[in-house]
Amino acid sequence: MNTFTEAKMPGIISVGFARIGYELKTYLRTPDSMFFNFSFPLMMLLVFSIAFSGNDFGIPELGIEVTSAQYFLPAMVAMGIFISGAQNLGIDIAIERNDGTLKRLAGSPIAPVSYFIGKFGQVLVTGFAQLVILLIVGGVLLGAGLPTSVDRWLTLAWIFFLGIMASAVIGITISALPRSAKSATSVIVPPILILQFISGVYLQFSQLPEWLQNVASIFPLKWIAQGMRYVFLPDAYQGAEIGGVWNLGAVALVLVAWFVVGTIGAALTFRWTKRN
Amino acid sequence: MSEPAVRVEGLTKEYGDLVAVNDISFTIDRGETFVLLGPNGAGKSVTIEILEGFRHRTSGDVRVLGMDPAKADRGFKARVGIVLQQAGDLGRLSVRQTLTHFASLYPNPRSVDEVIYAVDLEQKADIAIRKLSGGQQHRVDVALGMIGNPELLFLDEPTTGFDPEVRRQFWEVIAGLQAEGTTIMLTTHYLDEAEALGDRAAVILAGQLVAIDQVHSIGGADMRVPVVRWIEGGVERSERTPQPAAFVASLVERLGQEPERLNVRTPTLEDVYLAMLDGRSSR
Repeated sequence: MNTFTEAKMPGIISVGFARIGYELKTYLRTPDSMFFNFSFPLMMLLVFSIAFSGNDFGIPELGIEVTSAQYFLPAMVAMGIFISGAQNLGIDIAIERNDGTLKRLAGSPIAPVSYFIGKFGQVLVTGFAQLVILLIVGGVLLGAGLPTSVDRWLTLAWIFFLGIMASAVIGITISALPRSAKSATSVIVPPILILQFISGVYLQFSQLPEWLQNVASIFPLKWIAQGMRYVFLPDAYQGAEIGGVWNLGAVALVLVAWFVVGTIGAALTFRWTKRN
Repeated sequence: MSEPAVRVEGLTKEYGDLVAVNDISFTIDRGETFVLLGPNGAGKSVTIEILEGFRHRTSGDVRVLGMDPAKADRGFKARVGIVLQQAGDLGRLSVRQTLTHFASLYPNPRSVDEVIYAVDLEQKADIAIRKLSGGQQHRVDVALGMIGNPELLFLDEPTTGFDPEVRRQFWEVIAGLQAEGTTIMLTTHYLDEAEALGDRAAVILAGQLVAIDQVHSIGGADMRVPVVRWIEGGVERSERTPQPAAFVASLVERLGQEPERLNVRTPTLEDVYLAMLDGRSSR
């Protein structure tokens, strides 16, 4: 009689990988996310590199010169990592929850883990594609240069991975905030935009007031940006960092801590359906 | 005797002081189509969402396919199909892409082509769902509800806001599932839908079940006695009689001519239902 329960349930991992393909196809067909999440760092890189092309972002007393493209490439790489996870998933999942897409999934035998594998996969793939485009356009076409040592490439890799994972769990957590599909973008984007301004993406971090630096240091974006400056800028530039060091150990620690906190937050707040 | 598909005993759902569902009981046999009828806000959707596993009950015993939906696991969800009252915008991929993906979530799915054929979307299978008309999109919802080959299909107000032609197409799809032996639970406030699809129906008003019976006898024999109406000497006359044909024959004989504006009407489910609503609101 129980032939249905005895039929083999699809594997959680294999369904998760199928979800990645499904999520990516959907992402590519969503103009909003292609514009505000995928292309945004590239557009900002072009705007800032060109607008400030006459400026030297180097440190004259140390004898280093840094072009605008060189200066803004690490900033936009960091911003891309953060919004690919936090902003993209914060909006995406809030819309899916409020328009009933998640409720429909909840009525199917999908395991939540499979759903999250799909989201992490979507974020990793789109974040990586975005990174590659930034490297080609910023590093090659705008002449900012690519990382100059194996060590810097490896650092780029681990900060990308930890940064994406921490940002993704933050995105899942904050997706609980919007109360409707329509308000999702307007609830999620402004705080993340403010964070970009205080985390050294558009403005030089060392020139911000100390209290604002302290606020920004709570959040992961500042640390991703700091790590990316190590990856792309001349080593002497660390003199402009707080304490005069790159402090990559702290970057790793903060990102891991945010991944743990974000995972707990996501586990506690995630719901398939909106509250009544 | 086999366990019924759905068994509900003393189901109650409270939201604070509001009693949304008040001590209702019913069963749905396997292969049966059961209709839960009631006006908006009567408790239909709360009841069906408790059975689907989306809401928790306050008290009472509920068994769906022998399981407690409050503890719905993947095994439970693999055996039921759910067509939501308002579905999401799943629209960026094509009908076929979406159905193929959902099929991959189930242990024993139907073939995607077969389902597309059943909901008559073969011409639209490769078009993004958001580009379909409202009625076509709704057939995609039904397709998603049946793709997992469910033993039991829940339909929550499936045709609200449809034009008559689209509703009839939808009924044909459901009739196909009935013919295959799928158990169906349907909520609706359309009486003709209940009559067209249902084997048995229950009427829920303000959270309470006020009637439950075969669709064609709900409300009791009394409420279904035919009424003969005609005009005699400029005055409207009527007669309730279980033998309307014999009565009309005697009427013709007595008048010696065709009765003016003759009308013989057996109360429909709608008449019975409206009488129940009147009875409740005038209390």
